[in-house]
Amino acid sequence: MLLSPYPTAGERIRITLLWIWCGLVILFLLVPILIPVPLSFNSGAFFIFPLEGISTRWYEVVLGTQRWQSAIGNSLIVALGTTLIATTLGTLTAIALSDERFPGRRIVMPLLLSPLIVPVVITAVGSYLFYARVGLASTYAGIILAHTALASPFVVVTVGASLTGFDRNLMRAAAISGARPLTSFFRVMLPLILPGVLSGAAFAFVTSFDEVVVVQFLASAGQRTMPLEMFIGLREKLSPAITAAATLMMALSILLLLVANILARRGRKASA
Amino acid sequence: MTQMRTRLFALAAATACMTIAGAAFADELSIMASGGAWQDAQRKAWFEPFAKETGAKILEQEYLGDLGKVKAMVETGNVPIDLVTVETATVLQGCDAGILERLDYSKIAPRDKFIQGSALDCGVGLDAYGDILAYDPTVLKEGPTSVLDLFDTTKFPGKRAMRKFPAQNLEWALMADGVAPADVYKVLATPEGVDRAFKKLDTIKKDIVWWDAGAQPAQLLASKEVVMTTAWNGRIQNAIDTDGKPFKIVWNNQILEYDMIAIPKGARNPELAYKYLAYISKPENNAKLASYITYGPVRTDAASFVAPDALPKLPNAPDHLAGAYLVADTEFWGDYGEDLVKRFNAWLAQ
Amino acid sequence: MSALQPSELDRPTLARDRSAADADLKSVSAALRRAEFGDRMRSLLLAAPLLVLLALSFGIPIVLLLSRAVYDPTIADALPKTTAALAGWNGQGLPADDAFAALAADLKDTQAKGTAYELAKSLNARLPGARSQVLKTVRKLESADGQAALDTLKSVPFWSAASTWPAIQNGTRSLTSFYLLSALDLRWNADGGIERVPPEQAIFIQVFLRTFFVAASVTLATLILGFPLAYLIANVPKGLAAILIVAVLLPFWTSILVRTAAWTVLLQKFGLVNDFLLFIGIASDRLDLMYSRIGLIIAMTHIQLPFTLLPIYSVMRTIPPSQMKAAYSLGARPFTAFRRVYIPQVFAGVLAGCMLTFILCLGYYITPALIGGASDQLISNFIANYVNVELNWEMAAALSFILLVFTLALFGIFARILGLDRLKLV
Repeated sequence: MLLSPYPTAGERIRITLLWIWCGLVILFLLVPILIPVPLSFNSGAFFIFPLEGISTRWYEVVLGTQRWQSAIGNSLIVALGTTLIATTLGTLTAIALSDERFPGRRIVMPLLLSPLIVPVVITAVGSYLFYARVGLASTYAGIILAHTALASPFVVVTVGASLTGFDRNLMRAAAISGARPLTSFFRVMLPLILPGVLSGAAFAFVTSFDEVVVVQFLASAGQRTMPLEMFIGLREKLSPAITAAATLMMALSILLLLVANILARRGRKASA
Repeated sequence: MTQMRTRLFALAAATACMTIAGAAFADELSIMASGGAWQDAQRKAWFEPFAKETGAKILEQEYLGDLGKVKAMVETGNVPIDLVTVETATVLQGCDAGILERLDYSKIAPRDKFIQGSALDCGVGLDAYGDILAYDPTVLKEGPTSVLDLFDTTKFPGKRAMRKFPAQNLEWALMADGVAPADVYKVLATPEGVDRAFKKLDTIKKDIVWWDAGAQPAQLLASKEVVMTTAWNGRIQNAIDTDGKPFKIVWNNQILEYDMIAIPKGARNPELAYKYLAYISKPENNAKLASYITYGPVRTDAASFVAPDALPKLPNAPDHLAGAYLVADTEFWGDYGEDLVKRFNAWLAQ
Repeated sequence: MSALQPSELDRPTLARDRSAADADLKSVSAALRRAEFGDRMRSLLLAAPLLVLLALSFGIPIVLLLSRAVYDPTIADALPKTTAALAGWNGQGLPADDAFAALAADLKDTQAKGTAYELAKSLNARLPGARSQVLKTVRKLESADGQAALDTLKSVPFWSAASTWPAIQNGTRSLTSFYLLSALDLRWNADGGIERVPPEQAIFIQVFLRTFFVAASVTLATLILGFPLAYLIANVPKGLAAILIVAVLLPFWTSILVRTAAWTVLLQKFGLVNDFLLFIGIASDRLDLMYSRIGLIIAMTHIQLPFTLLPIYSVMRTIPPSQMKAAYSLGARPFTAFRRVYIPQVFAGVLAGCMLTFILCLGYYITPALIGGASDQLISNFIANYVNVELNWEMAAALSFILLVFTLALFGIFARILGLDRLKLV
């Protein structure tokens, strides 16, 4: 597909160059995220190559100390809570907005996306001041709420995108065939937009799992998440435990990515 | 029926809240310290023994030099910390701003037993530390002999790291420009003096890497990003002793300062906080920190309790006061700090 | 006719509408309107939970914070009597003695109310040097009352200086343009006009320009790196494309902190990038990449690349290869076909990707803080600094206000050109 049916020599050279360029870009993308992996096995206490020795001491720190364990737990609670709420509400909203007759669509959509645009520092300070007043600061609920605001735009956008390819006549057909609204949603619409919903959920999860600025303001000692521990570590201790934590987080991400991919493919097959 | 259920629910919720709150307040002490090797040392010297002695549970939080979070807590009346470790300038700022509690020294220790300037209205001293210069002798064969060598880019070319804060840097700049240590604060109190200090800093601005967390200097030296760095002496000593780094400390022209601890207004457990302050202010306990990090005690009568092998590494050890040194003027920074920080930040951004 | 077609969740309405139409043709239009109204309400209902949640968790906090940029009652609250006494003052010369007496009483009260510091700080922002004068005077007034207090106040030359009282009067107006003007390096001059602040105080315009420059550089870099890769992924067999997409998504899923940390390891003086540059002989000496503009742009490009690439890819994926084949068969040369057939179609994706990256770059905070030098701090870092270090939340609010106006304006322009529906991520 890259080549025209009767490629000239010049075209072949261009395509080769394209491959080389893309190879370099892939390297640029991957090398920095693979760097933490060898560093996490460093036996020394500083972030430098060459490694001083190989050891798993930093993994023992991350998995074995109460501090990191609770950070992992907190991160999962917050990210899963955020994913659940953001995906559910975001999907509903995307469906509503995909209807061209939705009143004030032109105004609502930018409003929905605004959490993406507002500098997160402002969101963090603003929510801290407001949440403290209503008793939500230093609670899981407060952090989940703030993260939902940050994550839901991703869900609305991804689900919205998958809905543009959705043929509404299918729903009409379901209705005419006697399916109740909820049934036709779960049996007809959801399977078809599932890839969008899942990738939206994945985005929501990552947004929350990765977030540190809001957490910095909203969390007290009881709700410290992994990114917050890492941020403190980067600013303060520069311990390779951060790279061990990073490697673990990356492993989790890859796992999630694979699962989401497989599910998405299944969804696509079902709709085909 | 519905109404009754609602009421029952409210009652249950209220009870649950009270139980949780009661349990949390009784014996939990939430301390915000500024992390790294220093917090580790405090844990061993004070947190753990105190917890053992009183049965209190200590919750640790890291303070990243941001009074903003404390301000937000106080302003909204939701203060989940009982104690916060801060610098002297921050204590004065926080005291004026009504963010920190005015301390009742009758609950801590006699105020005259502290080194002058280390017992303030809103903060009590924890330890004395030195702002020093550190370098790696494997990189700089012929090392600097005074902190003021920071400004000598011909003899010591390369990047140097300095703290992203006007305090100390302005003092050093004036001293490097020929002002005698005794006159530094007098000169710095005049607009011309401030201009002079910034002008001196201008000469090395492009060679400066700025650090703002205490652990960064050791990292910057270890990665050879800079040839020399200003630092808090304990952090460098820690890298030498614990991590086997070959760093050297230059004491000549060091600036002596005190770390402080304070109670934010509206802390949930001020009684236990006072108990903790009284505990660490006992001379024998005050001296204990020196065994874990090379910071000296702030009580005048604590020197005899310092472990003998720790003594020579302290910033106020006789050897380290043999050359020139300056004691940071807390009051000066209380008066001028805010305007100088503003000017410094504008200068940085330009 | 399309209005008669019910929405997807709408079977009962459908039945009702049909019987209505059958029964009475005249009421068709009424029924249609009713049906449409029902549809609208239903979609509103679907969207309501998220909208309400966003309003509570995001909208209100932001509005409250931003309101600090234009509403600052600090001085009016601290000086209620003075505010009243100055209400009728014309701003010429010095006000009458009753204003002095009111100020003396107010200053004395600030001690008890604990507002002295906030007042001093707020006044200092408008009147350099006011801070220490206020605190000093408050201390002096502690033991003075009535006439003695008035005399004390008059004995401090600061309170009889020409510039003091206009600044106080200005400050007593809670609704203020002071912070917004400051955020643009502007201020009111004595004649009531707007002027630039002296150059040694002017920083924000420079910082805004720097932020735009960095955002634009990063956007361009991601486009140059991302466009060919997106094209490749969209045009290789499915299996390979899936692997390549994973390679793009993997960094996307990795904590921004980890990637920033990794870049500090890579960019440092004895880091891998410098090793590599020396090895292949591009550089003859080790470069200072950490704490530099170029290091910041490299790290931000890495983080933003997927944001630019994915929308482009999602558009490219929808372009059937048969179109290009058709172009070839009609005799177009490959480059012509690419330019005339392909580019116009992917343009929307390119704009969407670039827009996303540019806007996200404007808000960067962590990466500049950890990788940039002192002269590479972006506007968010200044906002954070005003919040955390200088405790001047009004200034932080004003800076955010202006940043927000810029971004929303940009967003509006792009949305106008593109339509938001084109915004896709995967």
